[in-house]
Amino acid sequence: MSAVILFLGVIAVIAGWWLSQQRLTSKPWLEEGSIHDFPGTGAMTWPAAKVGLGVFLAVAGCLFTLFVSAYSMRMTMVDWRAMPVPKVLWFNTGVLVLSSVALHWAYIAARRGDMDGVIVGLLAGGTSAITFLAGQLLAWQQLGAAGYFVASNPANSFFYMITAVHGLHLTGGLVALGRTTAKVWRQDAMTAEMRLSVELCTIYWHFLLLVWLVLLGLLTGWTNDFVDICRQLLS
Amino acid sequence: MAVALILLLVAIGSVLFHLYSPWWWTPIATDWSYIDHTINITFWITGFVFTAVIAFMAYCVFRFHHKEGRRADYNPENKRLEWWLSVGTGIGVAAMLAPGLVVWHQFVTVPADATEVEVMGQQWQWSFRLPGKDNRLGTSDVRNISPENPMGLNRDDPHGQDDVVIENGDLHLPIGKPVKVLLRSVDVLHDFYVPEFRAKMDMVPGMVTYFWIRPIRTGTFDVLCAELCGAAHYQMRTKVIVEEESDYHAWLGQQKTFAELSGRNAVVRATYQSGGK
Amino acid sequence: MVDVPYDGIAGTVVPPAEVPDVELYHPKSWLTRYVFSQDAKIIAIQYSLTASAIGLVALVLSWLMRLQLGFPGTFSFIDANQYLQFITMHGMIMVIYLLTALFLGGFGNYLIPLMVGARDMVFPYVNMLSYWVYLLAVLVLASTFFVPGGPTGAGWTLYPPQAILSGTPGQDWGIVLMLASLILFIIGFTMGGLNYVVTVLQARTRGMTLMRLPLTVWGIFTATVMALLAFPALFVGSVMLLLDRLLGTSFFMPALVEMGQLSKYGGGSPLLFQHLFWFFGHPEVYIVALPAFGIVSDLISTHARKNIFGYRMMVWAIVAIGALSFVVWAHHMYVSGMYPYFGYFFATTTLIIAIPTAIKVYNWVLTLWRGDIHLTVPMLFALGFIITFVNGGLTGLFLGNVVVDVPLSDTMFVVAHFHMVMGVAPIMVVLGAIYHWYPKVTGRMLNAGLGKFHFWVTFLGAYLIFFPMHYLGLLGVPRRYFELGDAAFIPPSAHSLNAFITVVALTVGFAQMTFLFNLVWSLFEGEPSGGNPWRATSLEWQTPETPPGHGNWGKELPIVYRWAYDYSVPGAAQDFIPQNQPPATTGAVQGAAS
Repeated sequence: MSAVILFLGVIAVIAGWWLSQQRLTSKPWLEEGSIHDFPGTGAMTWPAAKVGLGVFLAVAGCLFTLFVSAYSMRMTMVDWRAMPVPKVLWFNTGVLVLSSVALHWAYIAARRGDMDGVIVGLLAGGTSAITFLAGQLLAWQQLGAAGYFVASNPANSFFYMITAVHGLHLTGGLVALGRTTAKVWRQDAMTAEMRLSVELCTIYWHFLLLVWLVLLGLLTGWTNDFVDICRQLLS
Repeated sequence: MAVALILLLVAIGSVLFHLYSPWWWTPIATDWSYIDHTINITFWITGFVFTAVIAFMAYCVFRFHHKEGRRADYNPENKRLEWWLSVGTGIGVAAMLAPGLVVWHQFVTVPADATEVEVMGQQWQWSFRLPGKDNRLGTSDVRNISPENPMGLNRDDPHGQDDVVIENGDLHLPIGKPVKVLLRSVDVLHDFYVPEFRAKMDMVPGMVTYFWIRPIRTGTFDVLCAELCGAAHYQMRTKVIVEEESDYHAWLGQQKTFAELSGRNAVVRATYQSGGK
Repeated sequence: MVDVPYDGIAGTVVPPAEVPDVELYHPKSWLTRYVFSQDAKIIAIQYSLTASAIGLVALVLSWLMRLQLGFPGTFSFIDANQYLQFITMHGMIMVIYLLTALFLGGFGNYLIPLMVGARDMVFPYVNMLSYWVYLLAVLVLASTFFVPGGPTGAGWTLYPPQAILSGTPGQDWGIVLMLASLILFIIGFTMGGLNYVVTVLQARTRGMTLMRLPLTVWGIFTATVMALLAFPALFVGSVMLLLDRLLGTSFFMPALVEMGQLSKYGGGSPLLFQHLFWFFGHPEVYIVALPAFGIVSDLISTHARKNIFGYRMMVWAIVAIGALSFVVWAHHMYVSGMYPYFGYFFATTTLIIAIPTAIKVYNWVLTLWRGDIHLTVPMLFALGFIITFVNGGLTGLFLGNVVVDVPLSDTMFVVAHFHMVMGVAPIMVVLGAIYHWYPKVTGRMLNAGLGKFHFWVTFLGAYLIFFPMHYLGLLGVPRRYFELGDAAFIPPSAHSLNAFITVVALTVGFAQMTFLFNLVWSLFEGEPSGGNPWRATSLEWQTPETPPGHGNWGKELPIVYRWAYDYSVPGAAQDFIPQNQPPATTGAVQGAAS
């Protein structure tokens, strides 16, 4: 469970930092009066959707970290047989990076008010994300054909389960992306609401890319080597 | 008034119930009286806090309940009082935790001279295995289980051949000798639970868990399963008999070894004799 | 979604609290007003009714269990399999589908927007979805009573391997639907939880700083944050167990013998599931407890006409308990066979949590000191909460102290402990809170005479049920036993005690009918309450209409000038000053208006 404890530690640091700005040591019974005497302690000024996305990313991050924790505990058992990584995963990773870059492009275009740039970015991002999902399915198919079934070894089970959960999160993101694209498509000029939608999609895509890179490190065994090296350095 | 009185009676009644009710732990049969002492310390400390808090509350209700014209004090906080209470609580907690950790250390530190006994749980019966003359238990694996080999012993392990196997029977233990009880399950979680022993531990398939005891009192004790293991969980019973050393050896002599039970007597005896030299 | 002027990541934004007219979702028909409503107050009532309905099922199950335990062999319609199904469904429903849903989905939805001065939750549509997914989860759960094999009898902890093997009732359909229902519940809860957290973070009205929040909001907010981070562990455990059951993977399943045959499984670790389960399960205790802590603080303060003693300590204690509760989970696993040296760490963290918890108890009783205690029904329930919580909390010190837990684990002591601390105590708060806020929800008071009868029967009865039960556990009576049978260490008097507990339990159970009657009768015949019958300070009592209308506040959002506990302030005309009442000095009023 060390991975998830570490993750919650990071969350705790962020929460602690935020709480430390909120004058938790003040004596509220002495502070009758208007809020303007206590700047910075009012409601958050970010839009609700953005705060909401932040909280959701913490929840999703916790979910993936727990999968990582379960993975690292289960892999120490004797019946674990590491699985070969299908080559197509490298291609998929590249496509997902492209998808993230495209969305970032759309985000920059949205800030400039460049409608065409936004549309191109969103469509490119969406298409490459769909390509990524198709590539993941292809990886499943190749593994199945090579005899690596879901129940034949826990390493396989984890591979299928984790990629499925990541894929489902990306699919959910695609729904939001589709709605954003439709919104942008119908309008002539950039509105604050559209800018926000594009921004939120971009943040979510970067998050899923990060998650995927961590998972890839785990599935290929790099994380393991890295942890071993750290351990050797410490001892 | 009546409310305050009832609240106070709840506290007093609880204390009286604790002191005079007939339900208390069973007389101990191992030397884990340290555990009982730790529980007693905890009872004293928590009992004091419980009575003090409820009595204070009852007093407040009695003294400060609403009357015409009463107005509450305005008293947002009292830093010093709060810190004193925190420190006091901290001391109380430490007074419970420290003996607890010391006894836990004894609990997880098995004496070197402890003899091993294996308990195997399966739905819904108990089996036992005692080491033979070589004082070592042979290896086992759930994949070896068959009607002739219900505990799944490894046939190729010479240490296992002389192990005494008791399938679905009672366990005997000699008095005064430390025993390391090794726990194993072949299907689901079980828990080897003898109330008089105080010690208990879950049995987990795929693992060997353990605890250790030193019996100090002869007698026959009920063994129950304390971890939900399916429909007949409540019927998973057997007995442990703690007896004098001579009685124990007499009983042990009548038990069958794995080699005798598995019907490969001749071959195995040869192995055993060569191993014995 | 609330539409807010916004310009990019670093841009300055007008906080929603200062936007005068917030665009709200407006219901157009009866169906969208009362069924598919996006108003948090309606959603709260939907959550509460659904949770109470399924909770009543769990209550009936507990009667059946008590009948069997009190009078074994008398009721031929209960067999060992059904008994296990009853305990499993009772536990799961009470902990998750009743208490979690009621405190967060019910009280959270109703009180958060009103108490922080918002018009509604920030994502009303997602909030509505949250309820409907929750309802689906409840229906899936309830459906297990009717599928072949019945509901699962794996115990509410659902420990593998037993949970998915054939020696356990409900192995074919019950366990699968149970896991599916849990997964749905978590998805639904996450939608609601996002709302509660973001509403507190982002939609507080002007002047509502964190330190001016009522402790109810602090409790619910912290509990929601914890739930959002803890439920994923149950989600992961459930998904993996479901795969073990349906696809034959071996995440948790070691090589084992199932009904005399070597199973297809191999290599897995049952302890892995226990770690995941309790990583959720222990925070879950505080997910139920923290809202209760918060609510009871407000009940005591309001009805003792005195500010809550040591507000700052109370806030810090809530935050500290919330954080610490994530590093104590393995105290449920002292005898699970995990690495024994973990025991030192988890015993220490567990007992440390007692300190902030004790501070909260001290501050509740110190709030009573020199108060003006009105012994109203909510106050009585608050007093009942303190007794049962102190009792249950102190027995927690037995079970948290690793070596003391060894003889007591898996006995009736544990059952008595957790029922006292997270069954009876939170239910005391739930009932007290219903008596307290019913006037705001309906505009009418609940009948106080019936309420007092209800309180005394429930409180004394519950205490008589669970206090002696500890001593059965001390004696060594194990939990989850269909019948005790013959055992030399169990005296006949223990069977009499069991029969006594059963009789009291049935009495207390039936006494709840007076409460249900009161709820319905008062809806039509109760005394009209006015907007602020308890003369309370917090914002929900200052709404222009009672029950609050759509959008809560009429044209203008309230502005907050003070904390939520200005009771009996020296020199003030009344013994309470509402949070939105400007200070008496004119300068401050102008400062607020400018």
